[in-house]
Amino acid sequence: MNPALLIFFVLAGLALLGAGSLVLQKHPIHSALSLIVVMVSLAGLYLLMGAEFVAMVQIIVYGGAIMVLFIFVIMLLNAGEEEHTDLSKLAKFAGLPLALALTASLAALVFKPDAGVPTAAHAFIPKATEQISSMLFKEFVYPFELTSFLILVAIMGALVLAQREKK
Amino acid sequence: MVPTHYYLVLSAVLFGLGAVAFVFKRNIITIFMSIELMLNAVNLAFVAFSQAFGKVEGQVFVLFVIVVAAAEAAVGLGIIILIQRNRQSLNIEKVNLLKL
Repeated sequence: MNPALLIFFVLAGLALLGAGSLVLQKHPIHSALSLIVVMVSLAGLYLLMGAEFVAMVQIIVYGGAIMVLFIFVIMLLNAGEEEHTDLSKLAKFAGLPLALALTASLAALVFKPDAGVPTAAHAFIPKATEQISSMLFKEFVYPFELTSFLILVAIMGALVLAQREKK
Repeated sequence: MVPTHYYLVLSAVLFGLGAVAFVFKRNIITIFMSIELMLNAVNLAFVAFSQAFGKVEGQVFVLFVIVVAAAEAAVGLGIIILIQRNRQSLNIEKVNLLKL
C-alpha cells in the first residue's frame, strides 16, 4: 500500500468517525466538536490532493470562523442536551433503512472505477493558486462581485434578526 | 496515488450521514450543522473532480460554496437566536407555526 493511500484511509476514517459522532452525540457542543474533526480531516484530504489553497480556506473559514460562530451561539443560548420527542411512525420504522438506502445508492452510483474520469486524482495543476486568483478576477468576476453583495445582505440580515425590538 | 472514485464514495457517505443527521436530530443548531456537513461533502467531490481533470474551476466553485455557507451561517444563527427568544426552546418540534 503506498503512503498516499494510507494517509487517505486514515483521514477518511477520521472524517467518517467525526460525522458518525455528529449524528450520535446528544449534546450540541459535542456535535460541533465532531464537525470540526470532519472539517480538519477534509482539509488534510485537500492537501493530499494538492489543492493547498482550498485546504487553507477550509481551515480558516470553516474550521475557524463558521465553527466558532456555531460554538458561540451554542454557549450564548446555553443549549442543553437534546430533548427526545416521539418520532412520527414513518420516521421510526422507515427512517433508518431509507437513509441507508440513500447513502448506499449514492455511493454505488459514484463507485465507477472505469468511468470516464481520469484515474489519477492528482493531475498536477501547476501554480493552482495563481490560476484560481486570476480566474476569480477574469472569468468569474461577476459572481465574485455578487458574493460581496451577498455577504453585505447577510450581515444586515443577521443584525436585523438578532436586535432587540424597541418598545 | 488515490483513485478519484475513493474520494467520491467518501463524499457520498458523508452526504448521507449529513442527511441522516438532518432528519433525525431534534436540536435546531445540530440540524444546521448537518447542513454544513452536507456542503462539505459536496466540496470534497468538487475538489476531487477538479484535480482529476486538471482544471481549477472546481476549486473556484468551492470558494463560492464556502462564501455562501458563511453567509448562511450568519443569517441562520440569527434566526436560531430569534427562535430561542420567542419559544424558549431549541427543539424543532416546538417550531410548528406553519404545521397543519
